[in-house]
Amino acid sequence: MNEKNVQSEQSEHSHGFGIYILVWLGLLALTGLTVAAAGLDIGRFTVATALIIASAKAYLVLTIFMHLRSESKTFKIFVIVALFFLAISFILLFADYSF
Amino acid sequence: MTTQAQVHSAEHVHRDDLGARLGMWLFLFTELILFGGMFLVYSVYRFSHPQEFHIAAKELNTIVGTFNTMILLTSSLTMVLSIAAIQRDNKKLSIFFQFLTILLAVFFMVNKFFEWSVKFHHGIYPGSETLLNEKSGDILFFGLYYVMTGLHGLHVLVGIVIIAVMMRFTSKGIVTHDNYIKLENTGLYWHLVDIIWIFLFPLFYLIT
Repeated sequence: MNEKNVQSEQSEHSHGFGIYILVWLGLLALTGLTVAAAGLDIGRFTVATALIIASAKAYLVLTIFMHLRSESKTFKIFVIVALFFLAISFILLFADYSF
Repeated sequence: MTTQAQVHSAEHVHRDDLGARLGMWLFLFTELILFGGMFLVYSVYRFSHPQEFHIAAKELNTIVGTFNTMILLTSSLTMVLSIAAIQRDNKKLSIFFQFLTILLAVFFMVNKFFEWSVKFHHGIYPGSETLLNEKSGDILFFGLYYVMTGLHGLHVLVGIVIIAVMMRFTSKGIVTHDNYIKLENTGLYWHLVDIIWIFLFPLFYLIT
């Protein structure tokens, strides 16, 4: 009980080994999927498909491996804001470029 | 106030794990901007030279790329398992997983070395005569390929050194089951390096 208290004071990141192995298998499966999808002839959707699969992989790594799921709200907001600004630079760039 | 003062008294060494993690995340955001800027450059040139990027990417070995992706994903698993092991106060298992992470990172770099060597052998390297005779799209593609995978590789090398230091910390008892923030932040760094590769891989190897 005492040990558990110490643990939770530090952080509540104690997941079981099982979920990590599960996520790892999921990541390998998504890698297989993205390689397979690249072989298909779907024209301009190729890039979109690759980016969606990569984002799904990144999401898994961020939430489970980087423990974002069990972090406080502050961390989640920080990450969302950082990604938001990266997205802004892409959107504004292409707003300028593609017209 | 009193409790705050007690925390700072001589008997307690001040420790702020939450602050340490937040600081690490802030550092990771600077990394995001560093690589994000390069992805911006990549996307612009790919947009303006779609056909040439398409053909140039055929030069890259998809099998080696896929293999390296799997190696790096596995190293992320062993990294997070080393943290799970130290949380359970299993020092030896944690060190073992850290060692595996380094081993996998070295494998990744060895593959990268051979991959680059083959390219160099074919005369494809920044500023080479073969490359400069190609279309500007090819020059841009390989320029970006070398800079982005090169900078990523540099991060892998730095990661190897940091994890090696963590192995020593763990065996010396500096990283323990109730004080493993250093190892955890190392993990955060390592997973970011993994995430960058997750995006580099399809954008360079899978656009043929």
